[in-house]
Amino acid sequence: MTTTHTTSATQLPSVVQERQRRAKLRRNMFYLVLLAMGLVAPFVAYPVFLMKILCFALFACAFNLLLGYAGLLSFGHAAFLATGGYVTGYLLASYPGLTPELGILAGTLMATLLGVLFGVLSIRRQGIYFAMVTLALAQLMFFVFVQSSFTGGEDGLHGVPRGHLFGVIDLSSNLAMYYFVFAVFVFGFAVIQRTVHSPFGQVLKAIRENEPRAVSLGYNVDAYKLLAFVLSAALAGLAGSTKTVVFQLASLTDAHWHMSGEVILMTLLGGVGTLLGPLMGAGLVVSLQHLLAQSPLGNWVSVILGIIFVVCVLSFRSGIIGELAKMYRKNFK
Amino acid sequence: MRADEVTKGPVLETRGLTKEFRGFTAVDNVNLQVQEGHIHALIGPNGAGKTTVFNLLTKFLPPTRGEILYRGQPITSKKSNEIAQLGLVRSFQISAVFAHMTALENVRVALQRQLGTSFHFWKSEKTLEHLNDRALALLDEVGLREYADTLTVEMPYGRKRALEVATTLALDPSMMLLDEPTQGMGAEDVDRIVALIKRVSQGRTVLMVEHNLSVVSRLCDRITVLARGAVLAEGDYDTVSRNPLVREAYMGSEEAEEAAV
Repeated sequence: MTTTHTTSATQLPSVVQERQRRAKLRRNMFYLVLLAMGLVAPFVAYPVFLMKILCFALFACAFNLLLGYAGLLSFGHAAFLATGGYVTGYLLASYPGLTPELGILAGTLMATLLGVLFGVLSIRRQGIYFAMVTLALAQLMFFVFVQSSFTGGEDGLHGVPRGHLFGVIDLSSNLAMYYFVFAVFVFGFAVIQRTVHSPFGQVLKAIRENEPRAVSLGYNVDAYKLLAFVLSAALAGLAGSTKTVVFQLASLTDAHWHMSGEVILMTLLGGVGTLLGPLMGAGLVVSLQHLLAQSPLGNWVSVILGIIFVVCVLSFRSGIIGELAKMYRKNFK
Repeated sequence: MRADEVTKGPVLETRGLTKEFRGFTAVDNVNLQVQEGHIHALIGPNGAGKTTVFNLLTKFLPPTRGEILYRGQPITSKKSNEIAQLGLVRSFQISAVFAHMTALENVRVALQRQLGTSFHFWKSEKTLEHLNDRALALLDEVGLREYADTLTVEMPYGRKRALEVATTLALDPSMMLLDEPTQGMGAEDVDRIVALIKRVSQGRTVLMVEHNLSVVSRLCDRITVLARGAVLAEGDYDTVSRNPLVREAYMGSEEAEEAAV
């Protein structure tokens, strides 16, 4: 079928190809610069603080995959973060022989399974109903975490050993830990980047642009949404698992619906549907929380974040990265 | 007119198709037969249930009662996307394109389904590039070659509708369901779309909802008139336009439209 038409159709105009090639080169350069920045960062800033940002950034990136690229607003992503965290924390604390990467793998797998369960139950619902079903399921999980013994209930899990990565590298050094977390983040980011620019990503985009049309082209849109949901849950679990190893604790804070709200704030503030927005948003929110906690305004953190959120939604809806991208397009193209 | 309808059986058939919305009967016991190779029009005054019939045929709405047969097989219980996979592809009343994708990507996303890699999130989208030639050829077919690299949101309305046709053709459907393909178009665009439909209907069956009776008279082999959800009349253009019931229910608006055209 294809061969009959190839003669009548030539390749895209070369000008366009050249433009695309240059844009790609610029993008690669940009990512290289970011990568270099990430590698030197622990010598400039406090590694634990950076690791906190990276964990939340991965969480926000995972959330953004769902909201920004599948158009699904989940209000229950805390459940995946917490599941990853608790499972990893419990395993590492109970089995001293277990290496951290296996603990993280187990936590991520558990979050993935929970993602399948949540997804199957919620994916057929649209808009606000989808958000409400995910919220309800996450609240259910919160109750499970409070009641279960393996989570330590109200106290949470403390003193989770960081252990030796692959049984070799001692993660008790913050620098070693940082590079591991950085590698995890880069991996998660790469997975998202690839997913967005894959055959699957194309269909996802089509579904977000016009769902009835995607159906009429023969796509089973629920299955595509479900895969996006599960991928997002898995990466959120990975973020939670890694966070537990870094801070050596897992607590109910991660399972609380506040956390589901916070990740929405990070993503929207940075720019939903942009690859770097969640990183920016997470960096900003974590930094603000950190700075405000040390200032006399410490008790006002949620109020200040709330005001920022309102300002963001009212005046720059595409988020910081989204607005920057718009400005760039306007002035340099 | 291709009037060899006796020799071929119906491609699409409905038996007693009915849709009730809380006591209101939008589609009432419709028996429709669309013959192979025909361009079949579904006309009727506003609110006659034309689009509802479309939604029932493609299962965007579940019918309350009745049966739908495609090439003799019942498809009443199939899902929308499964019906599309059978080769029965619909368009929409408002233009249905993927606005923030280029024209080429719009067509390619339809082509890529046959590759079977649409769930492969670990593969690069470069693996789709070998479909570009076929996509460009399809764009060529509807005269949109120079728009290949344009974001669809920036294209003129008439071109978007043509792009929709190209996207539909990408699936190589044996039957196309077109919902008001010329709605909201200027006379020039209408002529272009009519010519396009005539061309792409070769070897295919088309069922279309259309308000513009001049389009219907130029294109269609057979016409079914719906009024208040029920079939009022059926036949070719001359038969239908001479039917006094149809004149009463519908032709008033035709005169208005003819005055407008």
